[in-house]
Amino acid sequence: MHDWTQQIRRRIAGMSLDPAREAAAVEEISQHMDDRYEELRASGASEDSARRAVLSELDGDALTAGLRASLPAARERASLAAAGERSAPFLSGLVSDLRHGLRLLRGDPVFASVAILSLALGIGANTAIFQLLDAVRLRTLPIPHPEEVYNIRTARNPWGRTGHFSSYWSQLTNGIWERMRDQQQAFSKVAAFGGQPLNLAPTGEARYVEGLWVSGGFFDLAGVPPLRGRLITPADDVPGCGSPPAVVSERFWRRELGARESAIGEKLSVEGHPFEIAGVAPARFFGFDVGRDFDVALPICADPLITDEARVGGMDQWFLAAVGRLKPGWTPDRANEHLKAISRGIFEATVPASYDAVNERHYRAFKLEAQPLSSGLSDLRDEYGSPLWLLLAISATVLLIACANLANLLLARATARQREIAVRLALGASSRRLVRQLLAESLVLAALGAAAGVALAQALSRVLVTFVSTRDTRWFVAMRPDGRILLFAAALATLTCVLFGLLPALQASRTQPIEAMKSGGRGSSSGGARTAVRRALVVAQVSLSLVLLFGALLFVGTFRNLLSVDAGFRRDHLLVTELNLSRLKPDVEQRLRLRRQILERLRAVPGVEAAATVRIVPAGGNSWNESIGVDDTSVARETANFNRVSPGYFATMGTPILAGRDFDERDRAGAEPVAIVTEKFVRQFLPGVNPIGRVLRQDAEPNGRVPRYRIVGLVKDSKYGDLREDFTPIVFLPDAQDEKPRLLAAFVLRSRLPLGPLTAALKGAVAETSPEIGVDFRAFQDILRDGLVRERLLATLAGFFGVLAAVLAMVGPYGVVSYMVERRRNEIGVRMAIGATRRDIVTMVLREAAVLVGVGVAIGTALAILAGGAAKSMLFGLKPGDPASLALAVLALSVVAAAASVVPARRAATLDPVAALRED
Amino acid sequence: MVTRDLDRELKKGSAELLILSLVEKRARHGYEIGKLIDTRSGGALRFNVASLYPLLYRLEAKGLIEGRWVERASQRRRRYYRLTADGRKALRERRGAWAAFVEAMQRITEAEHA
Repeated sequence: MHDWTQQIRRRIAGMSLDPAREAAAVEEISQHMDDRYEELRASGASEDSARRAVLSELDGDALTAGLRASLPAARERASLAAAGERSAPFLSGLVSDLRHGLRLLRGDPVFASVAILSLALGIGANTAIFQLLDAVRLRTLPIPHPEEVYNIRTARNPWGRTGHFSSYWSQLTNGIWERMRDQQQAFSKVAAFGGQPLNLAPTGEARYVEGLWVSGGFFDLAGVPPLRGRLITPADDVPGCGSPPAVVSERFWRRELGARESAIGEKLSVEGHPFEIAGVAPARFFGFDVGRDFDVALPICADPLITDEARVGGMDQWFLAAVGRLKPGWTPDRANEHLKAISRGIFEATVPASYDAVNERHYRAFKLEAQPLSSGLSDLRDEYGSPLWLLLAISATVLLIACANLANLLLARATARQREIAVRLALGASSRRLVRQLLAESLVLAALGAAAGVALAQALSRVLVTFVSTRDTRWFVAMRPDGRILLFAAALATLTCVLFGLLPALQASRTQPIEAMKSGGRGSSSGGARTAVRRALVVAQVSLSLVLLFGALLFVGTFRNLLSVDAGFRRDHLLVTELNLSRLKPDVEQRLRLRRQILERLRAVPGVEAAATVRIVPAGGNSWNESIGVDDTSVARETANFNRVSPGYFATMGTPILAGRDFDERDRAGAEPVAIVTEKFVRQFLPGVNPIGRVLRQDAEPNGRVPRYRIVGLVKDSKYGDLREDFTPIVFLPDAQDEKPRLLAAFVLRSRLPLGPLTAALKGAVAETSPEIGVDFRAFQDILRDGLVRERLLATLAGFFGVLAAVLAMVGPYGVVSYMVERRRNEIGVRMAIGATRRDIVTMVLREAAVLVGVGVAIGTALAILAGGAAKSMLFGLKPGDPASLALAVLALSVVAAAASVVPARRAATLDPVAALRED
Repeated sequence: MVTRDLDRELKKGSAELLILSLVEKRARHGYEIGKLIDTRSGGALRFNVASLYPLLYRLEAKGLIEGRWVERASQRRRRYYRLTADGRKALRERRGAWAAFVEAMQRITEAEHA
């Protein structure tokens, strides 16, 4: 007997096997060799030749190689048994699979680029909108401990507030703010702020920047240090401070002052008044409102210098917002209790003198409340929050459709590879490995798509921000692709990969080798199941596309309706000019005279067809309302919008006068106060009555006088606040009877001249009166368009996504019908051989496609009606289930799908039946 | 690339099928398996020690067969392999696949004759 163990050990020594395993293998193999040796001896071989034969069967390195191939797995299995024994082998080799996937894609560049492009668009759009949403809604303020900061404001109440609202944040009056500041105990620090555009041009044409009014403790509460110089302190903000120091933002310092150190201490002209620049706020600080940056901050005490309405002293002047840092140990509930307790005293002491008894009773019942401010108090959020969520939903749907498309394409590829896969499965390839290889391809696609998408998102979100910015509201959103954004994109990529890759991969791995090989890849049952999946994908695609197309039509329709809605005036060829008279320091008499004088000069400019003054430019962002009653007997106490215009205003705007007369020379100061009202006013206050000659009255003034106006004219309804609103009752008063004319004067001009030469001529005309007057021009259309930013954004993006969805929706039916035609070549051949015409064949194929599209459209219609309901509040002039839009969407999608199916159907009809039959 | 995969999987797959079939009814030891392949194939297929044991170990590692040392009176202990439940399933699948493969091969080769 020989000892083979040495020979065996030598061959497996380097493999560092588990000692017990090695011993067992050595024993077993040497036994086998013993048996073999005995066998050879028994058949008559000599001892020596038998030994040599047995050793030769050990076959050089074959045993080592063989064991290496099988036992390392065994070894890993043993050592990894505790850590989930199957995952390790599943993941090992992933890199090579990824490389394999990359190679496959390089081999099919058209498929790869279509796939990556559609993913990049989907992921890019989603990331861009998420990025905005994140900046606007999800991110907290860049100040220390933002969670301690609360917004202190007047709680919502059923009556609303009355008075003048003249800031981005009109939550409190200065009277309320000062008393709250002095009486509250709940907050360690409180501060107030307001904001409006400020003109930096000393004379001539206005140059507006974002102005911020701050109380002395504003920067201290924010807890930010100055970047240069010093920030505003309580010592700067004292009543009667005259011309106190100003603080500029870092952006302003860089943009306008060249980041010069010497800028500190220089004078800055704000609305014609010099302010010394005391310091620069740090770069990341933009105030307490996400989406709104400031350029110049001034102490509130300087407000009387610039705003002529005496806002600081006016109890009905809402122009401030307040914030406070909660004291340690105070809960928000306790703070709110406290605010409620001090509210009574504060509101009793600040009743506006202009209020009547009813208004006063309401006002006394107002309460202060504190709301968390950890993510700012954004208008941007209020206005764009839900549209952004909606856009995110839309872009997510586009991504879903793109995924369905890719899944379909991959399924088609998997079908093409069905036989290869079947053979490999038959020969012992593990299905896990196959799934992994197929998934790796999807993963490569998703990763490339996501990378391109993130890059695309940067550009897209910038475009979005520019899109929602207008001249008066420059949104400032600090956006950078941080970890959160990248995580979002990565999650999207993974999700899409699973969505479009897993199904085809699982389908492929479930291939029944026998069936696949028997059938030659056609007409098998597994193929049938796969077709069912592809059909379901097409139905899903068609229905989702229909929803998007419908949404796009709704938003485009909304925008179109707003552009063409009868606003009560003619929008074109109108120019709005705003003048600032503050540098002339005119008294009340002079203001009216200056306005009249300038109006005459403007009317004399060649090409100006008509001109008038106006207090509130329609849809210009300002408003003025009063509670009124009609005749002394009337008990109706409702609010109407007010405006103050000069004679010729209605002619200039193109608003027809329906009854009575326009204002004219008779309506002077001292003459009987008169008013012109709108149709809506009559419907609401004097239904069925001729309004001419009736008297409307306002709330009693502090001196007990009740302002009364005799109605002398009736004009057609026109829009007041914006184009979206229904017509409101409007009372127009004559400019000449203005007892408190402002330093700002607005004019509307009608002219067909091009804007450039016209504004030059107008500037000259104003300068004739005085070169000290600040001038600003805007086309009225631009003002209206800026008011429709939200609708324009939705219409443009939803329209873009809708078209994209429709295009993507073409690929689905085209692919499935082509595939079906391919699979049924035989049947089509037989049918044609027994006499079916080409027309019959086309009909047969199209019928198949029509069923899919029909089911998709039916489901899509139901979904679209549901989705339309969610967008209800953003629509104008359209019902959420607008039948015309729905019909158009259904029609458009059906045409698109039919067109996509016709191509393969015609191909089927031109099939040569003989060739088709010979194939099998 | 595909053909190389095919070739390797063909050899591996058929050899595994052989072994699984042989231990289907009763447990056998390695030498017996090798011997049976040799005799039943009339010497056409032969596994030597260097190719047989790696195969057995791999099947065992996959959980398709299970080896156990068995001692009998007056004999050295031997390692007997028997089919596991997973192995039984795999065998069933591979038999089907193999039959299909053979049938496919036949159809192709017969077509050539026609």
